[in-house]
Amino acid sequence: MTGEVIAFFVLAIVAIMGGMLLLHLSNVVHMVVALVFTFLAIAGIFITLSAEFVAAVQVLIYSGAVTIIMLFGIMLTRHDDVSEKKQIKSSTLLAAGGVGAFFLLMFFAINGMSVSEPATNLHVDNTKRIGELLYTNYLIPFELISVLLLAALIGAIILAKRDDKQEEKP
Amino acid sequence: MNNVPLSGYLLLALVLFCIGLFGALTKRNAVIVLISIELMLNAVNINLVAFAKYGENPGLTGQIFALFTMTVAAAEAAVGLAILMALYRKRKSVHVDEMNHLKQ
Repeated sequence: MTGEVIAFFVLAIVAIMGGMLLLHLSNVVHMVVALVFTFLAIAGIFITLSAEFVAAVQVLIYSGAVTIIMLFGIMLTRHDDVSEKKQIKSSTLLAAGGVGAFFLLMFFAINGMSVSEPATNLHVDNTKRIGELLYTNYLIPFELISVLLLAALIGAIILAKRDDKQEEKP
Repeated sequence: MNNVPLSGYLLLALVLFCIGLFGALTKRNAVIVLISIELMLNAVNINLVAFAKYGENPGLTGQIFALFTMTVAAAEAAVGLAILMALYRKRKSVHVDEMNHLKQ
């Protein structure tokens, strides 16, 4: 057992526990806080995969921005705490069966895969090389994603804006 | 066993994806459904980064694709939350079961 294996198992257990807590807790704020642990553990997984820059972006965007925006979404809406009834419905069973079948299918597909040698030089100048690739090979996708972000920003503002004209009419 | 095999990372991503899928299908709170979708996208990111290291052609392309996925996921979260706000203002509820405008 090397340190990498131990780190992987600890991070994997934390990530899966966060996901399980998301399914089992009843308070919505607690659910989001449980998922922060999952996001942070996934950032650690990225570091063991020698992707330091992606790990930093994961911490910034997921555990920072997305979690905060979800907490805002929870606080701006009303939630009745005893919302979920404990009795198991048939639709839940159906969903569980479908997800279980999908899991088994993908499990056997993963087991049948052949393995190849891992790359060893990914961590050398990781951020610098990602930046160079983004501005050479992937320049057009990079510009397109900026247009997408602008469209999402304007769209979110317009959707969430209170339309005053309709309220003044009556 | 010197380092973790590729299938270990793929299995972790599969478990997280299944948790997210189950949450998105069964939870009735729309905010939690959005968060479950974020979890599914994150599991896909693990796959992309794992294949960037252990795949047939290792390289940085997988990591760059993971970055693009994160950007799209962030945009999706913002727009989804905005739609939820607009819907909540009309209906005073965020339950998925009550979002059946198109049926009536």
